[in-house]
Amino acid sequence: MKKVWLALPLAAFALTACVTINIYFPAAAAEKAADKIIEEVWQTQQSDKPATPVVKETK
Amino acid sequence: MKNLLKYLVSLFALVTALNVFAAADLEVNTPGVNAIKSSMQARHAQLAGYYASGAVGLSMDGMITVRDAGSVPLAARQTVNALVAAENQDRSALYAEIANANGHPEWQAEIRGTFAQRWIQRAQSGWWVQSNNGWTQK
Repeated sequence: MKKVWLALPLAAFALTACVTINIYFPAAAAEKAADKIIEEVWQTQQSDKPATPVVKETK
Repeated sequence: MKNLLKYLVSLFALVTALNVFAAADLEVNTPGVNAIKSSMQARHAQLAGYYASGAVGLSMDGMITVRDAGSVPLAARQTVNALVAAENQDRSALYAEIANANGHPEWQAEIRGTFAQRWIQRAQSGWWVQSNNGWTQK
């Protein structure tokens, strides 16, 4: 029964460590997110449609 | 003793599981982010010419700035200043919104730093960008 009192602080420590790890900034994900937003704002993404509309020939 | 061991093993599994969850993506598809994005998208049509002429440059803090007001006709200067101010307001709001949307308001500075690098990296050739060594043309 005494061992529970040993495990409890250990559990608390492990959970705290977990929370600490959780607050690390996800740099790679942020870069990907930034690129996606920048592409949309500057409209530089490669879309299926041609960037310039096809001009119809007039006769 | 056996129970304690079991307990510790399950605890380890829980911690591992939570860490995997923490490595998930940064969420940027929220109504707030999308609204700011559209606003910036619409403004870009007006700003693009000033980026190309060098009147407006991308600063290293993730913002934009009027770096050569002399190249803008007097009549348009007010417009450029207003565009730059509005753009910077949107950019600040964007960085804050992404941080808040992910439950980490304290990430705002890091998000701004990441964006600053990416804006400059992806700037079109001819645009002016700021680095530690000053302004350079891409």
